[in-house]
Amino acid sequence: MKASMNTAISAIGISQSFGNIMALQDVSLTLNKGECLALVGHNGAGKSTLIKILLGLISPSRGVVGMMGKDLHDRQFEANRQKIGFLPEQILFQKNMTGREILKFYARLKKSPFSQIEELLNRFDLGAAADSRIGTYSKGMRQKLGMAQALLGNPELLILDEPTSGLDPLARQQMYSILGEEKKKGTSILISSHVLTEIDDRIDRVVILNSGHVVADGTLAGLSQERTVHSRIMIEATPKTCGQIETIFSHELDVVRPTERTLTLRCEKGRKVPILNSIYALGLELIDIRISDPSLEEVFSAYMNRQKERQYD
Amino acid sequence: MINLGTLIFKEIKDSYRNRWVGTVILVMTALALVLSLIGSAPVGTTSIGPLTVTIVSLSSLSVFFIPLIALLLSYNSIVGEDERGTLLLLLTYPVSRTMVAIGKFIGQFVILSVAIIIGYCVAALTVILTGDVAFFEHDWYVFGKLIVSSVLLGAVFLGIGIFISSVMKESSTAAAAAIGVWLVFVVLFDLGLLGLLSSPAATYLPDMVVKWVMLANPADAYRMFNLATSEDTALLSGMAGLRSDQMVLPEVMFAVLVVWIIVPVVAFCTAFGRRKV
Repeated sequence: MKASMNTAISAIGISQSFGNIMALQDVSLTLNKGECLALVGHNGAGKSTLIKILLGLISPSRGVVGMMGKDLHDRQFEANRQKIGFLPEQILFQKNMTGREILKFYARLKKSPFSQIEELLNRFDLGAAADSRIGTYSKGMRQKLGMAQALLGNPELLILDEPTSGLDPLARQQMYSILGEEKKKGTSILISSHVLTEIDDRIDRVVILNSGHVVADGTLAGLSQERTVHSRIMIEATPKTCGQIETIFSHELDVVRPTERTLTLRCEKGRKVPILNSIYALGLELIDIRISDPSLEEVFSAYMNRQKERQYD
Repeated sequence: MINLGTLIFKEIKDSYRNRWVGTVILVMTALALVLSLIGSAPVGTTSIGPLTVTIVSLSSLSVFFIPLIALLLSYNSIVGEDERGTLLLLLTYPVSRTMVAIGKFIGQFVILSVAIIIGYCVAALTVILTGDVAFFEHDWYVFGKLIVSSVLLGAVFLGIGIFISSVMKESSTAAAAAIGVWLVFVVLFDLGLLGLLSSPAATYLPDMVVKWVMLANPADAYRMFNLATSEDTALLSGMAGLRSDQMVLPEVMFAVLVVWIIVPVVAFCTAFGRRKV
């Protein structure tokens, strides 16, 4: 199978075993150019092994990997690495080097101009600490430096293994906004992540990996529909109004009444608007109304639960 | 090629920042200085020059120190980067594994060679300044041989150290293996050979076998190269009593050292190529 020019990554039928342990079994994954894909799974699900295979660091026991239109075993693949930015899950740069020195070293290897270093240091708020030794950096600063390293040479493909681990909420937001900018530029992005709540509105597609198998691959909306993960309408009103709404909808929807003055209706994403309309049509006085769509976390749990059910069947 | 230069430069800078460069230069210089000051003191008016005396002392001690320094410099180079996670990252860059390993080897070779050259030159300078022998009357050929062979000896053990580092999974086991290698090559090998020669088994051993087994050890090849291949050093170190058929050409000993560099370099390139990251 020849690697397609329109895909940033195409992995077909990847299997990898370490001794008797099957780390990956018949895993296929495609990342189209310009797409942002989340690779989700528990610890030990095979995410890091898959990433290492995609980067050509381990040869899979079976299967074919194409990156940026080149087969991984192609001689020219070496040069292809220039177009890839990678952030490993755990990275401890040499403590005695400064941030600027580290970026210079990697920039030389990627043949990217030094002028980009200044730009990246400022973009990640590392300008003031650029000439301090990395030993003095906080975990968040080291992670930012790692991310800056990944962006050297304006890569066409970014592979990020847990990019936000160890970051405070503010830094996480900053990281996501930088990812958003990269996506706008047309960079293809593969994120492997545990922190699911914050990435759902930034991704185009999700691949869920469990015990070395792909258990789900699709858009968040598609997957939530498939597993009937519901949207929620949360209403705050007087106890009397809450009671009224509960009576009306309880025969057709899943209604939960956490407190006297609050009520949650669960419905398929597509039925959200008609239900809201009928609530408004009742002319009742509401204090507040909040709507939430299925989050990546919920979709992930739904798929994980299905796997568990299958195991027990 | 630009990338190889970058990798070498990084290795040197890393070692400089970790104070390895300073430490190695300091140790070599201190060693050479002490030997040249103490070693040249009791010469008096013999026909053997003070520099030659210092060379004999230097080579006898360097055979212990250079392998140790080389192994300490190299044992953690691959496994240490693997533990930090920087190796994984480095290998996703447009550099081949062979280039990474060779870059480390050359970088460390430069550091060790600079330290050896500085140390020995300080020793030579001390001998010249403290003695009354004219500059050109010194045996500079033997001194040159000492520097070249010491640099080669360093390269042998750097290669072995990087090989250990490419094979081991943890830096603590790599450190233990490095010390083990040092003990075997520098201490136990000679002791074992001595034990064998003084045992009844020696009568059944042809001289040739003993000679070549000994020369197969790079540390011994180095020692013999420096002590037995010049009249003065042989006289001083007690090697002058060798029968002519026991002599080995300096070229052969030099070749032993060169082979001992090539084999570990090929071995670490292969081992690192197969290493799981």
